[in-house]
Amino acid sequence: MIVRELELDLDAFEGPFDLLLTLVLREELELAEVDIAEIVLAFCSRLEERGRLDLDACGEFLVLVAALLELKARGLFPEEALELSELEPEEAAEELARRLADYRRMKEAAAWLSERLEGASERFFRLGPAPLAPRVERQLAPQDPERLGAALRLLATEPPSLSLGHMALRFPPVSQFLERFRAVLGRRSRFDFESEVAGLSRVEAAVAFLAMLELRKAGEVSLEQASSFAPIRVLGTRAATAKEGVESQWIARSA
Amino acid sequence: MDRPLRLISANPVDRLARVVEALLVVASQPLSVEDLAVAANDDTERIETALRLLGERYSEGRSGIVLEQVAGGWAFRASREAAEACATLFERPVERGLSGAAMETLAIVAYFGPCTRPDVARIRGVAADSVVAGLVERGLIAESGRDAEAAGAIRYKTTPLFERVFGLESLAALPRLDDLGGEADEIRERLEAVAEKRPA
Repeated sequence: MIVRELELDLDAFEGPFDLLLTLVLREELELAEVDIAEIVLAFCSRLEERGRLDLDACGEFLVLVAALLELKARGLFPEEALELSELEPEEAAEELARRLADYRRMKEAAAWLSERLEGASERFFRLGPAPLAPRVERQLAPQDPERLGAALRLLATEPPSLSLGHMALRFPPVSQFLERFRAVLGRRSRFDFESEVAGLSRVEAAVAFLAMLELRKAGEVSLEQASSFAPIRVLGTRAATAKEGVESQWIARSA
Repeated sequence: MDRPLRLISANPVDRLARVVEALLVVASQPLSVEDLAVAANDDTERIETALRLLGERYSEGRSGIVLEQVAGGWAFRASREAAEACATLFERPVERGLSGAAMETLAIVAYFGPCTRPDVARIRGVAADSVVAGLVERGLIAESGRDAEAAGAIRYKTTPLFERVFGLESLAALPRLDDLGGEADEIRERLEAVAEKRPA
């Protein structure tokens, strides 16, 4: 008898035992949903069908089921496992007996309820949502029409217009600074970025910085900075003049 | 001239009984003596007298409507002899197809409630999420606050509908926990007996 091929028909799973193990190990099946007692019953009835005791199969089955039970117990009581592991064997046995007793009591209570329900199968009664309670009328104090008018007048006045100035950040075009820097480099071979943007607004300075990076990317300038936050020195390269020549040619042609 | 029906008389308790009868006909759930007293603007003792009067009239074998004390109040239901006729026209969806797992969970919530899903799982040994959700949907249990100790887990308790469906006057009508089996000592002894049989 091959334990792995044991066919199972449980609430949570239907198929061979080895598939169940695979799914549990891959965490695709919640072990908490699996009734392990059912698996044991399925195994026992299979043993009975075969009529002879297969000790190898029993041993293999016991090992697998014990592992499943341990996994399930750890899953169900993640924190308690710690507490229980600190218990003396004597206390642990008592705790186990207490829980088993609780469960047995609840099984009997469930049986009592089922019996009760069977006995109540002839009881028909009206079921429905709770009827609505009468609406409580709210009593208002006597009101003065003048005060109402004053309140409305307050609402009718136009509110002061809000300033949206902070929403309209004006960005000067990058090209404006490209031209400006090129003109400077036409006159001088180098300049300090800080002194060039002195007096400009924060946004304008940022755009000027972008223009400087553009020039660097195009190879028109090279940049020097002694250390972080030190003044940035912009040096015109020869390529700058060459590029300017190409660009003016292109402009002349497209015109 | 025919004698008037017993309830149609000038006796003040008879008059009160008619009011109580009317309130119970309109209600879709059991009404407590206190509810009835407030609505009828009378004292609880006289309401109880009126209920006794109605109980005699609305009893099995005398009437198609039966007055019963259930779920902490009083309510009308159909008589048992009309059950078959009722069953052809009306469903009993709340209790239809309650599984064994649902019954055990109901028992746990009825005895230990308000309790959380982990509490139920601890006793039953399997996760209780779907069973609890099913019982909430049927209206047999309902949320009852959160457990501050168990990371705010939702606690559940049985509803008046549970008591009504199972025909219980109140949860006190459940068998006492001590009367149910499951003596811890006895189980302990059985565990030890099994352990002793184990070859060393």
